[in-house]
Amino acid sequence: MNPENKQHSDQDKQTSSPQGGCAGGSCGGGGSGSAPTRRSFLRTSAVAAGGLAAAMAALKPLMELESEDLPTVEKFLQKHYKEMDAEEMQKALTRISGEVEKRFDQRPDIRDIKPMDGVEFVYALNLTRCIGCRKCVHACVAENNQSRSPEIQYIRVLEMPRGTTNIEKGNHHYDRPKVPDNDHFYMPVQCHQCAQPPCVKVCPVEATWQEADGITVIDYDWCIGCRYCEAACPYWARRFNFTKPKLPKKDLNPNMAYLSNRPRPKGVVEKCTFCLHLTREGKMPACLEVCPTGARKFGNVLDPNSEVSQILKTNRVFVLKEEVGTLPRFFYYFDERYPGSDEAMADKISQTS
Amino acid sequence: MKAYLKFLYRCFKRSFVGGWKYHLWLGFLFTIALVGLNAYCRQYVYGLGTTGMTDQVSWGVYIANFTFLVGVAASAVMLVIPVYIYKREELHHLVIFGELLAVSAIIMCLLFIVVDLGRPDQMHHMMLRFHFPVSILTWDVIALNGYLLLNLHIPGYLIYCAYNKRKPHKNFVVPFVFIAIAWAISIHTVTAFLYSGLGARPFWNSAVIAPRFLASAFAAGPALLIITLQMIRHFTHWKVERQALLTLRSIVTVAMFINMFLLGSEWFTEFYTDSVHVASAKYLYLGLDGKSALVPWIRTSFILNMVALIVLVLPISRRLRVLNVACSMLFIGIWIEKGMGLIIPGFIPTPLGEIVEYTPTLNETLVSLGIWATGFLIYTILVRITVPVLSGRLTVDADSFDGGRLDFAKEEDLTAINYQ
Repeated sequence: MNPENKQHSDQDKQTSSPQGGCAGGSCGGGGSGSAPTRRSFLRTSAVAAGGLAAAMAALKPLMELESEDLPTVEKFLQKHYKEMDAEEMQKALTRISGEVEKRFDQRPDIRDIKPMDGVEFVYALNLTRCIGCRKCVHACVAENNQSRSPEIQYIRVLEMPRGTTNIEKGNHHYDRPKVPDNDHFYMPVQCHQCAQPPCVKVCPVEATWQEADGITVIDYDWCIGCRYCEAACPYWARRFNFTKPKLPKKDLNPNMAYLSNRPRPKGVVEKCTFCLHLTREGKMPACLEVCPTGARKFGNVLDPNSEVSQILKTNRVFVLKEEVGTLPRFFYYFDERYPGSDEAMADKISQTS
Repeated sequence: MKAYLKFLYRCFKRSFVGGWKYHLWLGFLFTIALVGLNAYCRQYVYGLGTTGMTDQVSWGVYIANFTFLVGVAASAVMLVIPVYIYKREELHHLVIFGELLAVSAIIMCLLFIVVDLGRPDQMHHMMLRFHFPVSILTWDVIALNGYLLLNLHIPGYLIYCAYNKRKPHKNFVVPFVFIAIAWAISIHTVTAFLYSGLGARPFWNSAVIAPRFLASAFAAGPALLIITLQMIRHFTHWKVERQALLTLRSIVTVAMFINMFLLGSEWFTEFYTDSVHVASAKYLYLGLDGKSALVPWIRTSFILNMVALIVLVLPISRRLRVLNVACSMLFIGIWIEKGMGLIIPGFIPTPLGEIVEYTPTLNETLVSLGIWATGFLIYTILVRITVPVLSGRLTVDADSFDGGRLDFAKEEDLTAINYQ
């Protein structure tokens, strides 16, 4: 170390600065006590003001933020779904209800509906019967208050050519005046409500989880929008709100639940919930109700007499991409039954009746 | 504490001092950073619809750059390992610049993650319900932030000691250095596991992803270091020996060989098997069903990487000019390969076989450029502070100005002026 170094005190600095090169004036950046104070001060201020003005200009788009986009204290403090007690949930529901009413001029009937005891829902879809009319797709959109622009749909119907079940061969965008086409079969895909859901595993904030009745749900107020779940889903069942979802006032379905079809904010992920606001109250999902061919069956697999239980036992059933090991609760089947199934079924029906 | 604040204040002050080239450079980076900020504000208001991402390709250039930069950050160990394990002294006084590069790269990584979030305003939920150890993303949060702290601590401590003219205490450095070595490997491994753990995406669901990440990182990172160290030498007169650069050159070469070998293994497995899983690789390298947006990119990357590797092997690359060209080619080649070339094809075709291509929009490109500019800005300022402190020009009792008429603090010249 240079011994003279020690002699450099702050005073020394002042004397050395003209020599060392404060000539540019730029060294006044910190407002030091250097000699050419006034000029450097003015220059520094000018630079600082310019920088600040540029920064403000850069932030200008934020002026367009709508009031409902701004985080409120109440929303900021709202707890995770599983941590809210009844009172806190009520508060959240009141808040959401108010927001919906403000936006849609309609007071929604929003509830937090819990799973029923002893119920595990499964879906069974009859590939022999599906005609690819896509009525399910649109009924789903109407029921679940999905964004109409940009369009968000939970169900994707694939038109499959003969001779393959490889979905990579399927046509997503078939557009025919009349379905079904005789050279194809139709395969609707939606959330499979897996028993080992990879989407739940990857979520860094536990914004999505599997409920006791097997439905995987999302707390839209908790999701941070990282879209890791979208990447993890082998069935492409999740959708992200890339922008604020647009839903005309008249199209709002006011019957809603916290975990299912309440209007979503921008920047969060959503998905099929087996219409839990209907099915947990004993009704059928919208996609099933609308199906003109009866290709869709839904029910409680824990009840041995339910239609889905019977189908799983007697019909030729398969799941999509079994090899990814997620154990779907969504089964595809054909009308064909295993030999002897019909008699067994008849026996069963005669026994119960 | 007060002394430390004073140190920070003086560092802050010093970071503005420099010649016109320095100020021009800072102004340039600041401007781009602001343009990026402006683009981000637009995205914040409108949503991620301002990007080219879709439900089909749900991650884009943000995550691609993030992945690449994790590698750059991790590669700081390629300076540390030779020094602390193999006692290669020629690199010793350069380690700190590697660590500072890691700091800047990690900050860029974190920024790229934040801009990719749909709801950055709910990011604090991460702290309230941290899905650890199930979600690999939470591992990555720990890995990246831990690595940032380690790399702030080590150079921060060394610099503060130099400022106080104290000899650094071994126990405050060496254990952390060794933790940082393991940690550096872990950040890139964990980042690779983000992708390779997804059964839904066959293109990523491969055990070779993590080793390949490391190999390509240890090629691209030191390649960047070779270039930055020469910049530091050119603009600051900090001594960077030729031998140090040549040591880095051999590291780059070996890492690149391993990378190419792993790439070959990947190709063989994909294309010889030729199962349905090859679809993404086909899309990337050959195009699928007439869609081939990535093909020119990945071919460029491959050519850049191959030419760079050949040049690196030849003795001609002992000439620094040639070495710089090779390193630049390699850096760009790996940036394409590891960014766009790894992230995007993972989504194409979708798990349901749909082929939707992805092109980044202007807005998300500006946001990305803004983050890169911010990173360079941080690195520039860190170097700007470090050089005078380590060379004893900015210490507890000396604060001689070295800027003004000189470009970027030419230490030796200034020593001559002030201390004679």
